[in-house]
Amino acid sequence: MSDTSFVRRDMLEPQTPPPSQVGVIGWIRENLFSGWFNSILTLASIYVIYWVLASVLPWVLQSSWTATSLNECREQIAVAYGEGTSGACWAVIRERYLQLIYGFYPSELYWRPNLAFILMIFALAPVLYPNVPRKMLWFSGLYPFIAGWLLWGGTIWTPIAIVAGFAVGYGLFRVLIDRFGSLAAVIAAVLGTVLWWLLLAGPVAATLASAIPIGLTPVESRQFGGFMLSIIIGVTGIGASLPLGIVLALGRQSDLMILKSLSVGFIEFIRGVPLITLLFVASTLLNIFMPPGTNFDIILRVVIMVTLFASAYIAEVVRGGLAALPRGQYEAADALGLDYWKSMRLIILPQALKISIPGIVSTFIGLFKDTTLVSIIGLLDPIGFSNAIRANAEWQGIVWELYAFIALLFFIFCFFMSQYSMSLERRLQTGHK
Amino acid sequence: MKKSVFLGALTVAGLAAGAASAATLDDVKAKGFLQCGVTTGLTGFAAPDANGEWEGFDVGVCRAVAAAIFGDPTAVKFTPTTGKTRFTALASGEIDMLARNTTWTFTRDVDLKFEFTGINYYDGQGFMVPKELGVTSAKELDGATVCIQTGTTTELNLADYFRANNMSYEPVPIETNSEAQQQYLANACDVYTTDRSGLAATRATFENPADHVILPETISKEPLGPLVRHGDHEWGDVVRWVLNALIIAEEKGVTSANVDELAKGTDNPEINRLLGTEGSYGEILGLDAAWAVNAIKAGGNYGELFEKHIGENTPIGLARGLNAQWTDGGLLYAPPFR
Repeated sequence: MSDTSFVRRDMLEPQTPPPSQVGVIGWIRENLFSGWFNSILTLASIYVIYWVLASVLPWVLQSSWTATSLNECREQIAVAYGEGTSGACWAVIRERYLQLIYGFYPSELYWRPNLAFILMIFALAPVLYPNVPRKMLWFSGLYPFIAGWLLWGGTIWTPIAIVAGFAVGYGLFRVLIDRFGSLAAVIAAVLGTVLWWLLLAGPVAATLASAIPIGLTPVESRQFGGFMLSIIIGVTGIGASLPLGIVLALGRQSDLMILKSLSVGFIEFIRGVPLITLLFVASTLLNIFMPPGTNFDIILRVVIMVTLFASAYIAEVVRGGLAALPRGQYEAADALGLDYWKSMRLIILPQALKISIPGIVSTFIGLFKDTTLVSIIGLLDPIGFSNAIRANAEWQGIVWELYAFIALLFFIFCFFMSQYSMSLERRLQTGHK
Repeated sequence: MKKSVFLGALTVAGLAAGAASAATLDDVKAKGFLQCGVTTGLTGFAAPDANGEWEGFDVGVCRAVAAAIFGDPTAVKFTPTTGKTRFTALASGEIDMLARNTTWTFTRDVDLKFEFTGINYYDGQGFMVPKELGVTSAKELDGATVCIQTGTTTELNLADYFRANNMSYEPVPIETNSEAQQQYLANACDVYTTDRSGLAATRATFENPADHVILPETISKEPLGPLVRHGDHEWGDVVRWVLNALIIAEEKGVTSANVDELAKGTDNPEINRLLGTEGSYGEILGLDAAWAVNAIKAGGNYGELFEKHIGENTPIGLARGLNAQWTDGGLLYAPPFR
């Protein structure tokens, strides 16, 4: 009996947890069936998902890819899946996807919008991601001119002459700043640039073009269409409305009375008017005011209106960010002896913009989707083109397939924007919460 | 001060508009192509095909005018216009002519200052109902729900017709033709009403077209035709007589197949005058002698255009009806060519 012990000397082997707590079953119990109410919700959700998929998937999959008309689609589907089956007619996408993407752009020149799009990714990279070399920003600055030249074609000297305007302004600024002070130099630089553009840029470009003819086949705005048009309008509007919106927001906070009332007036006017009204002004009213024969490009007009519209909204979003900053930040900037622009650039705006990121990005997403409104003024964006395609006798009556394809294209872009904004917020998170 | 500058600019713009529109034919010849406004897409009348080429009945008129001026039916650029932008596009000079199934009405002609140069399609509003309802006449539609496009003349015509016949109806407002198809097929409404050509085109795309009938009543007049700006009669004459030439060609049996043969000279003096072998009618119009030959060769005479784009052998399958030659009991009656 002496070696009988009532105290354990060695540890028991740890038992594996019961199967109901670990692995797949444990996870399911934990997350899906952790109580009677959650179990009901789970079962109901599964049923809804099943019901949606069961009604959509057969339509998506029992489809025709090869037909040349809606009736042929129906025949093919009836033959393949039995009489009375309704299936998608993806053949219309197969036949027309190039049109939905490029519009009437000449097919032998598709490489130009493609190249412009790839270059756009390179131009955006240094703006979006901080670990890309800063020197790339030069390329981002030049990109609008390169893209414009690639898309519209024509002589290379026109964009070069426009870029030269900036060089003229900068040159004037450098020469005059020592002699007359910064204000006079800025005014002279702006005047010089505008005068160059108005008076000299055209003739200089024409002379150079006749002397050294380098250029691409010109493509008219009328031939632009499809998703390419949405991207052009959307990206230009997004790119131009952010700086303009920041300036307007600062103007609205300014102590200078005229500047302030101008900003407030502009913002409130634009926000009080629907975008579609501005588009009608761009497409019809301006036409009547301008002398006939003046060819003020319709896409340019639309881009200007869309930019103005978005900038008013951006201005209010940024103003929200400015208002959210504690007063102490402004005072601290003043106490450091920074002037207005330095304090804005180094202290106020970085914080204000960080706060406004979700608002800014959702304005951009909204702007990008609003580009489909141009179909109402006769521009053939994807929605406009879907109507035009439906007007062909072969494809009349087709609805969901075209909209599904367009929705997919838009989803890809908007989802990317939204994901980027979330990653940006995480990156800039400095733990103020 | 500012206001007067603005008004001054407007006046200058107006004067310039007058000056520019005074010689559209010269302008068109100078720029080397015709600028023609069409719809953004209407089955049979204008739509881009898979290669981006516009085709259709209205497009055919544009191509004939371009061929008459330049001898080349492709010397035309199409501007898609919507119901809202079409008139400003024409008034502002963005386009030279509009061929966009536009109804010729008093206000459009007089108040909006346009000149309709003829009628290329006589349309009218009709009703489509499912066959199972057993309705055979629009007079039996009392109390029906009607799918109707908002903001169009069809809406007003419908109200007039039901009031005149002392009947009631319940409107289901819709925006576009494709939406109307969906609503109608989902039985959201008993009746779909729009222009008869549109009804025929819509019905042709149904899975079972025979289950639907288009009622015999036509409750409105919709004469559709090409139009140009007021004030430039030479240009208006060109468009008018190209259309007339196509109609006369059908009446006289001149087709795109035999026009080259007939242009060598025939025993029929009117054909000779039309095709430029007698007289100098092209010159009077400001065009060359072969203008009508080129216009007919572009897409055929009126009948050929009709058959190709909207006729009975197309999916739309419209009968000639009112659009037959006057000799066949229709309304097409071009003035004599002399």
